Amino acid sequence: MMTQHTSKEFDEDLKSLSEMIAEMGGLAEQLVGESISALLSRDLAAAQRIIERDRVIDSLQHAVEEKAVLTIAKRQPMAVDLREVVAALRVSNDLERIGDLAKNIAKRVVALEGQLQPPKLAGGVDHMGELVLGQLKEVLDAYSRRDATRALQVWKRDGEIDAIYTSLFRELLTYMMEDPRNIGFCTHLLFCAKNIERIGDHATNIAETIHYLAVGEPLIDERPKGDLTSTTTISFGED
Amino acid sequence: MAEILVSCHCHAAVPLSQQSEEAAMTLVWDGKANAVEGSVFLRRLKRGRIAIGAALVVLAALWGLGLLPLWIAALSAIAVPLATAFTPLDDRATVPVSQTERDADPLAVALLEALNEPAILLTARGIVHEFNAPAIDVFGNLRTGDPVSFALRVPEILDAVRAVGTGGTARTVEYADRVPVDRWLEARIGPVWLDQADRERGNPQFVLLVLHDLTHLRRAERMRVDFVANASHELRTPLAALLGFIETLQGPAKADVSARERFLDIMRSQAARMSRLVDDLLSLSRIEQKQHLRPSTPVDPVEIVRSVVDSLSPLAGERGVEIRSSFPGTSVSVPGDRDELIRVVENLVENGIKYGQSGKRVDVSVTATGPEIRISVQDYGPGIPPEHLPRLTERFYRVDVGESREKGGTGLGLAIVKHIMARHRGRLLIESPSGGGARFTAVLNTRADE
Repeated sequence: MMTQHTSKEFDEDLKSLSEMIAEMGGLAEQLVGESISALLSRDLAAAQRIIERDRVIDSLQHAVEEKAVLTIAKRQPMAVDLREVVAALRVSNDLERIGDLAKNIAKRVVALEGQLQPPKLAGGVDHMGELVLGQLKEVLDAYSRRDATRALQVWKRDGEIDAIYTSLFRELLTYMMEDPRNIGFCTHLLFCAKNIERIGDHATNIAETIHYLAVGEPLIDERPKGDLTSTTTISFGED
Repeated sequence: MAEILVSCHCHAAVPLSQQSEEAAMTLVWDGKANAVEGSVFLRRLKRGRIAIGAALVVLAALWGLGLLPLWIAALSAIAVPLATAFTPLDDRATVPVSQTERDADPLAVALLEALNEPAILLTARGIVHEFNAPAIDVFGNLRTGDPVSFALRVPEILDAVRAVGTGGTARTVEYADRVPVDRWLEARIGPVWLDQADRERGNPQFVLLVLHDLTHLRRAERMRVDFVANASHELRTPLAALLGFIETLQGPAKADVSARERFLDIMRSQAARMSRLVDDLLSLSRIEQKQHLRPSTPVDPVEIVRSVVDSLSPLAGERGVEIRSSFPGTSVSVPGDRDELIRVVENLVENGIKYGQSGKRVDVSVTATGPEIRISVQDYGPGIPPEHLPRLTERFYRVDVGESREKGGTGLGLAIVKHIMARHRGRLLIESPSGGGARFTAVLNTRADE
């Protein structure tokens, strides 16, 4: 936990950095959740709103950067205080990327307008979205509490999202081979799934940052990998 | 609504003070207010005295040195500190930025507890000041002196807290949580005015945030939508088959006795599948309905597994499968819903018998390690290809559609298991090594917290 400094304003500076990160996190969670439900319900109006709201995250990121640089210049932080500022910079970067990815999903909802959707496919994306939202919530809670153990759990669990992405990838390929009319729709959905998977990766990045912040050393183990799509092929057989 | 709650807050203190001037509760408010005003007055006075003193010293020095022209300048120099010393200080600037050092406010705590809904009292700047026990249940992560965003990150709520803290009117924000379980909540945010002067300046002393759970309402709406969507899609196939056979029996096969027998058999199995599907959809909805309420009655997992194994032994015998069970030496118990946990074990063992039939054996075990109770079901059948493992708990996801339908599956069994485990804040682990066999483990937590 944060210890008290002789200079009260220094504590306030650090706390307001975390506060801005928490606020960015809340926005990121909301954008991810809403972009996935906009994708599943093909809600154009919601998608447009998400595209607009991403700007708020961007401007918050600039604010965090400015505040962090100012804090370094003014207070010359050392040890855990320095890590605190560096972590805020890193986490805000990841959250900004998460916002972008959610915005990309929303843009695809707009692009998908008017195309038929096989209802069965939605289940996989929904399931993946649920897992990613869970990871994001956990990692942001872990950041607020500076809880390295919880962060480590998030870091270890990313394999689940990768595994489901691999499975979805196979399923979508099968659909495209079944009927070429599915290709347009499935390709968009594939990119959406990839975006969701990338959001999961950013959540693990944040988990790594929390570990570094709390423990002072980077996580060096190889993360369990479940994304096998780079080696997945489906042969054209007789079925 | 928040306005009403806030005004209750103020009114509660008035009749008490009328009843007895020594009422401890009112003393807290009045005493505090007086103390603040007193200290501000002292500070002003002190500042004024220092300013006058300093000005007099300067004057004396100037007199001594005979610098008359500077007299006029010095006189005006006195006027400035004198004027500023007695102008009211901005109270806001003297309120400590972080409230960590302040003691818990007994009346505030008592009122928050009386609300019986999650409630947090924030400073005007959105720093947690006091909170009640239900709030801890919801957020778990509350610390006095932290910004509220450490516990609650919903952007609309943070915006509302900011607006109310700077003099805005009370407002209501509705939001939904998707994880760990779906939950719909309404946050009511209102200003707390402790005196008229604050109200006139538009600077509330505190902001009160009260949460109201809307899950039961929203869930019912969602359930109806989901039910219609799922049911219409999944019931269409067997219904179309039924209609086709009825038409054939009325038309070309009217007099064909052997075809009639065969068709009626198929029709019966299709109708039975539809009725199972409706049953499963209904029980899934029922479980979802109360998913946000974690069960708390202690149940005995060993007794549950025993009774399920007994009830399924005829089915196992029919399919030539032997069920072996093993239990821990000591007695165990876990907070849970007995009927739902029976459903979990039943679904898992039944799947083991049906899909692992070729292995001729199903092992069921209950183990206790630390705070965790694991109920695990292992079959020795062909196993499940790895690409399907992460998807098994999705509604209507089937590894092999034909095989599942043939065995009477609805595609909802594991979705039901997953929802029951989520309600118990437990986990379902699925493993299937490439050599064959599959192991499903329901992990339950004996601790009441997360």
